Amino acid sequence: MADFRVHQRDGEGVSVIDLKGYLDAHTAPDLENAFQKLLNDKKFNIIVNCKDLTYISSAGLGVFMAFIEDVRKNLGDIKMSNMSPKVYNVFDLLGFPILYEIYKDEQEAVVRFRAQKKP
Amino acid sequence: MAGKAQKLTKTIESRTDSLLEVREFVLKAARQFGFGEEESSKIVLAVDEACTNVIKHAYQYAPDRKIEIVIQPDIDRLQITVIDDGKAFNPSIAKLPDLKQHLSHYRRGGLGVYLMRTLMDKVEYKLAPGKRNEVRLTKYLSASETRAQT
Repeated sequence: MADFRVHQRDGEGVSVIDLKGYLDAHTAPDLENAFQKLLNDKKFNIIVNCKDLTYISSAGLGVFMAFIEDVRKNLGDIKMSNMSPKVYNVFDLLGFPILYEIYKDEQEAVVRFRAQKKP
Repeated sequence: MAGKAQKLTKTIESRTDSLLEVREFVLKAARQFGFGEEESSKIVLAVDEACTNVIKHAYQYAPDRKIEIVIQPDIDRLQITVIDDGKAFNPSIAKLPDLKQHLSHYRRGGLGVYLMRTLMDKVEYKLAPGKRNEVRLTKYLSASETRAQT
């Protein structure tokens, strides 16, 4: 049963993870694997597109916490985009907008990465 | 309808792939009781967090133990009790973390307990390690939701 899907796309200097379905304690390891693979491949500019993410619990939020430090140490970032209000509310309850940049649209996050690359 | 709804019980195995079933069970009960979509989602998430804590802490991922979920409707509130017979897990004795400081140290633990307390009106623990641990989550209907039911 495909209740959760992680799909990775690579753009120019940016990797995008598309999430689909529900992200809970059962499916969080799939996202962990995806982040781990990106780090192994030394891809540190990451956008997580949440357009089709229907549910998130703290187990899912914990995955972002687990990787953000390593990503930023390597001068990259994890930015998020296209969240539904329901999913955003959970991020907001836990104060995540302080730690992470969250954009309405994926393209805004891409533009931000490009702007940050310029000297 | 509030006050007339019956007690509902579901028993699941202590596996994370049971969580979806729990969420569907709780969502249906919350909506039938009269909670709106937003409040129902909060209740669902809080119960998910309680069950996840049992799987992770009380049973330490042993997949063949039992978790009982009891939904008890009352006139103005819905009470959901999550019951296990594993090791005691009592986060109520811990202070609610300073969220900003917690996050700035990239700590991933404790977020579920914080969510449960934030999403529900009351979170109570009754512990008898190895015998019967209970976490009881209570959500009150708002005045408008109560009116909609009468």
